Amino acid sequence: MTRTLWVLAVLFSHWRRHPMQFATLAIGLVSAVALWSGVQALNQQARASYDRAAAAFGGVRTATLVSTNGGTFPQQLFVALRRAGWPVSPVLEGRIQVDGRSFRLLGIDPVTLPTEAGDRPPIGGELQGFVLPPGQTRLAPETMAELGASEGASLEASNDMKLPPLRLAAQLAPGVMVVDIGVAQRLLKMPNQVSRLLVGKSKGPRASLDKVVGDRLRLVKPTAETDLERLTDSFHLNLTAFGLLSFFVGLFIVNSAIGLAFEQRLPILRTLRACGVSSRQLNTVLLLELVFFALIAGLVGMAVGYLIAAALLPDVAASLRGLYGAQIPGQLSLSPQWWLAGLLISVLGALLAATASLLKAGRLSVLASAQPQAWRQEQRRWVMLQGIAALAVFATAFGFLWFGDSLLAGFAVLAAILLGAALALPLLLELVLAAGEYQARGALAAWFWADSRQQLSGLSLALMALLLALSVNVGVGTMVESFSRTFVNWLDARLAADIYINAADDAQAKAITAWLRERRDVIAILPGGRAETQFAGAPLEIFGLPDNATYRDRWPLLQSADDAWTRLQKGEAAFASEQLARRSRLSLGDVIEVPTPHGGWTIRIVGIYADYGNPKAQIAVNFDALAGHFPDIPRTRIGLRANQAAVPRLMSDLREKFGLDDHSLIDQATLKAESKRIFNRTFSVTAALNAFTLAVAGIALLTSLLTLGNSRLPQLAPLWAIGITRRKLAAIELLKTMSVALLTALLALPLGLLVAWCLIAIVNVKAFGWQLPFHVFPLQLAELLAVAMVASLVAAAIPVLRLARLQPTALIKVFADER
Amino acid sequence: MSASSLISRRTFAGGALLMTLAGKAARAQGFAGLGMAGRGFAPVVPGRQLVFPADHGPHPDFRIEWWYVTANLADATGSAYGAQWTLFRQAMAPGPQAEGWANQQIWMGHAAVTRADTHRFSETFARGGVGQAGAQASPFDAWIDSWQMRGGAGMNSDTLSPLQLNAAGSDFAYTLQLQADHPLVLQGDAGYSVKSEQGQASYYYSQPYFRARGRITIDDTPVEVTGLAWMDREWSSQPLASNQTGWDWLSLHFDSGDKLMLFRLRATDNHPFISGKWFSPDGRERRLGPFEIAMTPKVFTEIAGRRIPTTWDIAIAPLSLAISCTSVNPECWMATRFAYWEGPIRFSGSHQGVGYLEMTGY
Amino acid sequence: MARDKEIMLSVRNLTKAYSAAGERVSVLRGVNLIVAAGERVALTGESGSGKSTLLHLIAGLDRADGGEIDFAGTSTAGLSEAGLAALRRDRLGLVFQQFNLIPSLNVRDNLAFQSRIAGRHDVAWQAELAQRLGLTPLLDRYPEQLSGGQQQRVAIGRALAVKPLLLLADEPTGNLDETTADGVMALTRDLVAQTGCGLLMVTHSNRLAAMLDRHVNLTAGLIA
Repeated sequence: MTRTLWVLAVLFSHWRRHPMQFATLAIGLVSAVALWSGVQALNQQARASYDRAAAAFGGVRTATLVSTNGGTFPQQLFVALRRAGWPVSPVLEGRIQVDGRSFRLLGIDPVTLPTEAGDRPPIGGELQGFVLPPGQTRLAPETMAELGASEGASLEASNDMKLPPLRLAAQLAPGVMVVDIGVAQRLLKMPNQVSRLLVGKSKGPRASLDKVVGDRLRLVKPTAETDLERLTDSFHLNLTAFGLLSFFVGLFIVNSAIGLAFEQRLPILRTLRACGVSSRQLNTVLLLELVFFALIAGLVGMAVGYLIAAALLPDVAASLRGLYGAQIPGQLSLSPQWWLAGLLISVLGALLAATASLLKAGRLSVLASAQPQAWRQEQRRWVMLQGIAALAVFATAFGFLWFGDSLLAGFAVLAAILLGAALALPLLLELVLAAGEYQARGALAAWFWADSRQQLSGLSLALMALLLALSVNVGVGTMVESFSRTFVNWLDARLAADIYINAADDAQAKAITAWLRERRDVIAILPGGRAETQFAGAPLEIFGLPDNATYRDRWPLLQSADDAWTRLQKGEAAFASEQLARRSRLSLGDVIEVPTPHGGWTIRIVGIYADYGNPKAQIAVNFDALAGHFPDIPRTRIGLRANQAAVPRLMSDLREKFGLDDHSLIDQATLKAESKRIFNRTFSVTAALNAFTLAVAGIALLTSLLTLGNSRLPQLAPLWAIGITRRKLAAIELLKTMSVALLTALLALPLGLLVAWCLIAIVNVKAFGWQLPFHVFPLQLAELLAVAMVASLVAAAIPVLRLARLQPTALIKVFADER
Repeated sequence: MSASSLISRRTFAGGALLMTLAGKAARAQGFAGLGMAGRGFAPVVPGRQLVFPADHGPHPDFRIEWWYVTANLADATGSAYGAQWTLFRQAMAPGPQAEGWANQQIWMGHAAVTRADTHRFSETFARGGVGQAGAQASPFDAWIDSWQMRGGAGMNSDTLSPLQLNAAGSDFAYTLQLQADHPLVLQGDAGYSVKSEQGQASYYYSQPYFRARGRITIDDTPVEVTGLAWMDREWSSQPLASNQTGWDWLSLHFDSGDKLMLFRLRATDNHPFISGKWFSPDGRERRLGPFEIAMTPKVFTEIAGRRIPTTWDIAIAPLSLAISCTSVNPECWMATRFAYWEGPIRFSGSHQGVGYLEMTGY
Repeated sequence: MARDKEIMLSVRNLTKAYSAAGERVSVLRGVNLIVAAGERVALTGESGSGKSTLLHLIAGLDRADGGEIDFAGTSTAGLSEAGLAALRRDRLGLVFQQFNLIPSLNVRDNLAFQSRIAGRHDVAWQAELAQRLGLTPLLDRYPEQLSGGQQQRVAIGRALAVKPLLLLADEPTGNLDETTADGVMALTRDLVAQTGCGLLMVTHSNRLAAMLDRHVNLTAGLIA
């Protein structure tokens, strides 16, 4: 044991004498673990809250019975099913406005609630308090905070109904209020109505469904994933992909640091062996050292990861809310598994990065002497092998592209392209440099190219990291920019009205409409509304478009049939959202049937429109036709076209006259700004991770160059000896580094555009259901190129400056103690 | 205070309902919350004459109530079966009955079948006011979910006969037809059943003379059965004293046709309250006081970490009775939210016959 | 001359061949050598004669093709890799032409290193060694701050700190100038004599060989 410690002490002494090398190793490990675990923390946080949401009797984990026509149904069906042996429990769901904010109201029956319906049913031992007047409104701490209320408070909903006293229930999802079903029926003004029935797992004899309820209800089987999980998968996959990328870039650094340290410590290892340390013992100690570092760096990395996650969480939460309506609490809570997984990944990563070195140490012969001349053969062999591997990976990418049809396949294509490009990089650089060498006139020029080639093996990992980071930056940047431009144009056209009003109820809406008709500054009143139904087993939103020139002229359609608007007006035609069209493979002319309270409604698809940011499938129909088929939909949404100059006046009058607040009255500009803000936040996470990745790649380059700097003295000393000044040597070094970095960056541009194409044409379509036009932004590319070159310059400058200031004695020493 | 003023075994189960649904606050108050004060609920007073069919229906002004049937059955080969059907009602609050979901009644059903080698049970809960569970006097019907006990065509409300009974769990089901030629019997003093020396009481009547016929299905295998059944009806607002911890209850069908109900109410002061009543088909009856009854546990069975007496010796001098009661299946554990032991027994000695044993609070 | 003393090292009929450029080259063709306890032997021979190979085989750094090496009465042929390592650690001192110091340890720690892992670190003995080798003022320096002669004295000190039975030296003064080499050589010879440790030194210098008790010449893989 003490022997092991002494050997360990000797190995450690190396790091003490080479703190920079140690820093490299530590930075590599820490950044690998930090980004990975940060992303994992975010994902974990989000998943935990999806589980909470799912546990809120939403029933995706539980089989449910829902109305065939998509609406609510009489609770008598619940009783009939119970009496026929069905272990069902009623849920009534609706939205309720409190303080101008909208909440999801869930009415449940705690007595029949299946124990498996939620991970933790909200009703503990307090049935009486929940069920008997005044009852309770259960809500999450986050919701309580949002309301600025405290336990026991009795709030008033916008329809003058009083909510039961508030009660905290930590396991509920934010934005959800749970009350007794009787209370919910009263609050939502839906007496004896039920939205769905949760079907418990207990088995017993039961009558067949159609015998009990006819075709009024249909069974929805539980899915392993929650809706939110399915919807947000792509978002998390996106995060995970970045986390992984950073992890591997970090491992690149670790790999080069460990590789270098191993080379430098070879004499030490030989001496240790000669002094009687057995090879097994030496390997054990090397492994021990590595695991020790990995654990320490892992812990630091996790701490940094926590900070990253905490910094990104608000944006992630905003994105998920904006995109999918998923509520993520703003407070990070991390499980022990997260810490364990982080340390494990750190150790595994370090072992992976050190595999080559450890294997070499295992085969170390005490007597072998260094053979610097062999580098050329060795390097050529490696470059060729990597080239072959790159070809294989490209073939895989093509295979995924050709045969794959899923989001995962999309990411696989991306990963394979990136990996292939990274593997092919040394070969490409080697070819370019060899061509340069062939072209070179003059001794110094020839040396310049030849030496660049020799340097390649030491730099290639860092250059690969640079290539990956840059091309992902180009790809994501192009995608985000494309999206942003498309989105803004779309938003301009889509937000046709100048003012949007959401009245408290139909009566107020009528009053507002009547009042508006009297106003001269109003150009058009555009009633709107939506209904919920199902199509192909999934929820479908039907959006009512008023028949108005405003819409006909401005509302953007991706594809449309002849006379689309005219046919829409007749009520038997609809536009389908792009998401719906892709998901259900609908095209122009297809006929679909959707259930309504009065039976099926046959509609022909005459147009397809972009509906960015909406997780739900949607069709747009004529509003009057919608109101005819769904007579019970609230008619509280009103759009308003008005003279631009009159908008502020109109707004303030409306506010005053009808007591409308910011949530029920909004003008176009504000709504537009709000939407853009949400979308910017969505991509700010991506941008932040992007920047982190680029920074890590920069560090990789810097550390590679720093460590390379020392070993390059023997190559530089002869040049100095034959009369080239240190300054000139430094300049040449800088030129060499910058030229390979430039080559790499130039290669990264087309690769990045390829990545962008993959993101736009494959990943986006699969993940979100929409395709964007592909734009190239040359200015952005130039900017990134400049950033990359500056990063390379900074990374190269430090070792070059050191070289320029090098004491001549250090160069002389090269000749004095030649190995 | 009469020695014959009996307390029903079943009082515990109503408490279980309160217990499992209404929370922990009840635990401190006697056994399973049955010792809670019944303020605001209708009181149980002596001298009230039970009226049928009205009293077959629910009494929502009282806090707790139940409809309870146990049956000793046998198939064609003579193998013994037991069946239990129970509907409990519990009012969470006193006062006028609210409509719909606001109704303050909670209902609970327990059902079980027992064979020498297996015991199957199920429980279910429901709220009043919406129709998922309930009871009515005329035409007689008591139900929760798909379980039902209802009067057959031409039901006689004095004999509560004929009745149809069914229940099912995930791994068992049964349907029984019950028939009786003898009138109902009133427990305690004309149906006024004092449950403790402090004076808590309940209204309690039984129909012990049912003959049963029907079908029991265990694991999808149906078996035709016949035998005897016993029905209890009881309601109260506070049936237990606060120091009473559980009890051992027996209903016995003698081969001679006589019936006997016995119980031993255990208390924290180690002075059990023992009582019983004997009935003869010819209309004779006799209340049995604590000094006339000797109930001795003989064999204990370890179930669910508890020691439960599944064989009893019983001696009643005035009846010249000395019998040994053995359970058909010692593992009749009702692992419901409030767990207890209930199952068929047979007895021999000075008298022979079959019956049901229920034990709580172990 | 030392035949009457106890035999420390016995090499019998040792053979070793290497493959080089596809051809098998026999380096040792049946070497016999005996070193008595405390005996100081110089091993000379031309370049490529197999001197270093013989030394490496004796040190257990490499395995022989045939023949036997007995060290202090034990045959090394039967030892595992770990056994050979233990032998080097506890019984042998090794000094090479390249000084083979650990650059990240200072002189004190370099001196103590082998004795520490051998579990027989002797503070007094190390202090005396440092004193005798003239290293006392240099104890806190790192190898790169020492001259060649100083570095080689540290290497010799490290080897002797473990009080080995036999010191194996491979051209220990090969990188030193003549004066320094003579000084280091004399010091080594005296210290070896003082500790009663044997010395087997490979050298190409007859002048240095003459400073030791006995002189053995390896020619064409055989000791004459």
